[in-house]
Amino acid sequence: MAVPGPVNRYLLLMAQEHLEFRLPEIKSLLSLFGGQFTSSQETYGKSPFWILSIPSEDIARNLMKRTVCAKSIFELWGHGKSPEELYSSLKNYPVEKMVPFLHSDSTYKIKIHTFNKTLTQEEKVKRIDALEFLPFEGKVNLKKPQHIFSILEDYGLDPNYIPENPHNIYFGRWIADGQRELIESYSVKKRHFIGNTSMDAGLSFIMANHGKVKENDIVFDPFVGTGGLLIASAHFGAYVYGTDIDYNTVHGLGKASRKNQKWRGPDENIRANLRQYGLEKYYLDVLVSDASKPSWRKGTYFDAVITDPPYGIRESTRRTGSQKEIPKGIEKCPETHVPVSLSYHLSDMFFDLLNFAAETLVLGGRLVYWLPVYTPEYTEEMVPWHPCLKLISNCEQKLSSHTSRRLVTMEKVKEFENRDQYSHLLSDHFLPYQGHNSFREKYFSGVTKRIAKEEKSSQE
Amino acid sequence: MKLLTHNLLSSHVRGVGPRGFPLRLQATEVRISPVEFNPDFVARMIPKVEWAALLEAADTLHLVEVPKEPIQGYEHDERFLRKMHHVLLEVDVLEGTLQCPESGRLFPISRGIPNMLLSDEETET
Repeated sequence: MAVPGPVNRYLLLMAQEHLEFRLPEIKSLLSLFGGQFTSSQETYGKSPFWILSIPSEDIARNLMKRTVCAKSIFELWGHGKSPEELYSSLKNYPVEKMVPFLHSDSTYKIKIHTFNKTLTQEEKVKRIDALEFLPFEGKVNLKKPQHIFSILEDYGLDPNYIPENPHNIYFGRWIADGQRELIESYSVKKRHFIGNTSMDAGLSFIMANHGKVKENDIVFDPFVGTGGLLIASAHFGAYVYGTDIDYNTVHGLGKASRKNQKWRGPDENIRANLRQYGLEKYYLDVLVSDASKPSWRKGTYFDAVITDPPYGIRESTRRTGSQKEIPKGIEKCPETHVPVSLSYHLSDMFFDLLNFAAETLVLGGRLVYWLPVYTPEYTEEMVPWHPCLKLISNCEQKLSSHTSRRLVTMEKVKEFENRDQYSHLLSDHFLPYQGHNSFREKYFSGVTKRIAKEEKSSQE
Repeated sequence: MKLLTHNLLSSHVRGVGPRGFPLRLQATEVRISPVEFNPDFVARMIPKVEWAALLEAADTLHLVEVPKEPIQGYEHDERFLRKMHHVLLEVDVLEGTLQCPESGRLFPISRGIPNMLLSDEETET
């Protein structure tokens, strides 16, 4: 291994969901806790088994208090491509590192975890018995053991081809589980106040992790909607601000997004949502405000900007317009001074967002946002950039056969000088995403074609 | 709206620039919403506060016991941090207005939420 000094090897058992988002999550969290992502493994593509070098068990535990992409972490004692290889690897593992967990007044159990295969009880017992050569001196306790050891067997990824023997076998001491249960406990289905485009709970925690959100941070969402992303950040101990151009959404008024419910109830708002999860203390404020015309004073800094900008499919893209443009016959809001919204070019919106983040993030602070793309025309050069922001990761989530959205994470690496200096970035040359302005049209044309095709085939 | 928020907001009416801060606060309904005390967070906020603007807003609301300035070693002074916690995070303006000090433009606050929207004519440079 290329890493100097004593490094402990850990086995991370990953969840097989949101595959592309896993590596940036683990990297971000390790860097947040003072670790560094180092590994002898070459690819992390699809396998659920990752071997990592982590400087200390504390860092490994901190990682697991945050990750929603990893299920469990083990201190890796041995690894091989066959039982024989595993046993010889275990014999090479320093006894002094094992003994503290095996002594006679301790209790333990050994678990077996297989991926892509189910073993019979008999097969499991056989595998456990084969480990007799390890100096286990404690007592077996299946209900409340002090130490849990695991044999993990990897039978590959293809459910249609399950090999007789595993590709890889690992043995390790269980350290901690990740935060997968948050996906259930924060499920949008059980949330009080939701919108048409509320972010899936798992992805909102992934976003907060990509954003390296930590305790006592201030996190801002300029397109806050019903505040789903703020909940994930607040869960990790950050204080939250949000703005949205939609008066009714911010105030929790108007039509409900839920089936079987016509209007929103009196206590459907962002603050009540945080309260539902015991996180109200992290609520700072939400404002009705236009993301393209922010009203923060100079010297306001956020530790992270995490957002899901509207791109006009289920929520429209809008910015404030002019009073003159209000069509006749449309009643104005009861409150004066709320001008009508105009549609907002996607490329302008992302330019404004990057410029805003470049100006208002602390150095080292992160911007995490979704970028919609029309996949047949997508190239990496289209991802908007800014001289003050460094691209950290860019992960795809497919939406349909020809559209997807990409979760882009950037870090502020340079002080923002002045606005005028960056205005040239809006030109075609610097912002190839401009060519993508027609995302909406392409999206709908695709949908229309598909519907037409489906109708045709159903008639036949 | 908390006074921390008031301290971070500025008018962005066209041509106003840095003279858009601080917004003049007028409140018709104020509530004290208890918030769990977190000394580390409050200590982090102290250097961000524009003190004159905070004192002016606190004065408008007739708040007493507002520290006049940050004191030496405030990070470890619980009494000071608790006072600041109260002023910055627990005083909640439910109804009222924020007024641009330069143009006079009013931004309404209703149900605790300020409305900072402006039309194009008011903002474009």
